[in-house]
Amino acid sequence: MDAIDKRIINQLQGGFPICESPYQLIASKLGLTETNLIERIKLLLESGLISRFAPLYHAEKMGGALTLAAIKAPEETFDTLAKIINSFPEVAHNYQRNHVLNMWFVIASDHPERVAKVIQAIEEQTGLVVYNMPKINEYFVGLKLEA
Amino acid sequence: MIDTIDHQLIEVMQNGLPLVSRPYASIAQALDLSETEVISRLSQLKQRGLIKRLGVVVNHRRLGYRANAMVVFDIPDAKVKQMGKQISQFNFVNLCYLRPRHPDVWSYNLYCMIHGKTRDKVLQQLEQLIKACALSPFDYEVLFSRQCFKQRGASYFSQKNVKAEFEL
Repeated sequence: MDAIDKRIINQLQGGFPICESPYQLIASKLGLTETNLIERIKLLLESGLISRFAPLYHAEKMGGALTLAAIKAPEETFDTLAKIINSFPEVAHNYQRNHVLNMWFVIASDHPERVAKVIQAIEEQTGLVVYNMPKINEYFVGLKLEA
Repeated sequence: MIDTIDHQLIEVMQNGLPLVSRPYASIAQALDLSETEVISRLSQLKQRGLIKRLGVVVNHRRLGYRANAMVVFDIPDAKVKQMGKQISQFNFVNLCYLRPRHPDVWSYNLYCMIHGKTRDKVLQQLEQLIKACALSPFDYEVLFSRQCFKQRGASYFSQKNVKAEFEL
């Protein structure tokens, strides 16, 4: 990854235009040729520095639902509990974090009623209380990491 | 709502933007639509917020971002909206959400994610945030991730046969 690649990544995290010749538009902003830009994006995708080049959809507006949930997992059964929770296909992310509430996971489904059912099933299978932290409001979504 | 053509468009777009000079014409061809229609439908999906963002997603770790902190604050309800907006102005804050408290267990309501190359850097940025937004009167905690057990971005829309990727 050189300085030009960094500029491409920083530019494209900000968005990709919806117009007839979007690559040309970005290329001219960055002082590149269209062919060169396309070639570099291809290489960045192949190398895995860019993991996706596609739209991110709004779960709720698409008719789905998601939530963040946490449990207090005892250290001695932590791995078993992680296995149980990760076995649900609706569980998307699962992180161990440094807190009494030490396991944090995201439950996402295209059937909104599944979220509550998965929470209930996890409670039944683990014997623990699942603390549900659904999003009430969102102030910002713009994940942008400077390359 | 979204119609069948939108669903097809969403599904095709999941495979990624074609790396050709006229990517939307290439998508149009696959769906037997005109380039103009694809551009107009995508613009509307974006405008209506169904598409949150169109662009690249980077691999955090490959870019050197190894520290990931969920910082949670207990902000009085009357102030939380203003604080949320203020906090989200900072470039290093990646997400900022309001979530419910759980009495006796969890008193925090405002969540923000800070990614950094090191934990020290994350903590420095947090300090900067607390100063700039006058957050020092409020309780907060920093929950660094210790281990990631599972990570996937996609949820499969089986019923509609549409795959869609969510930001989580």
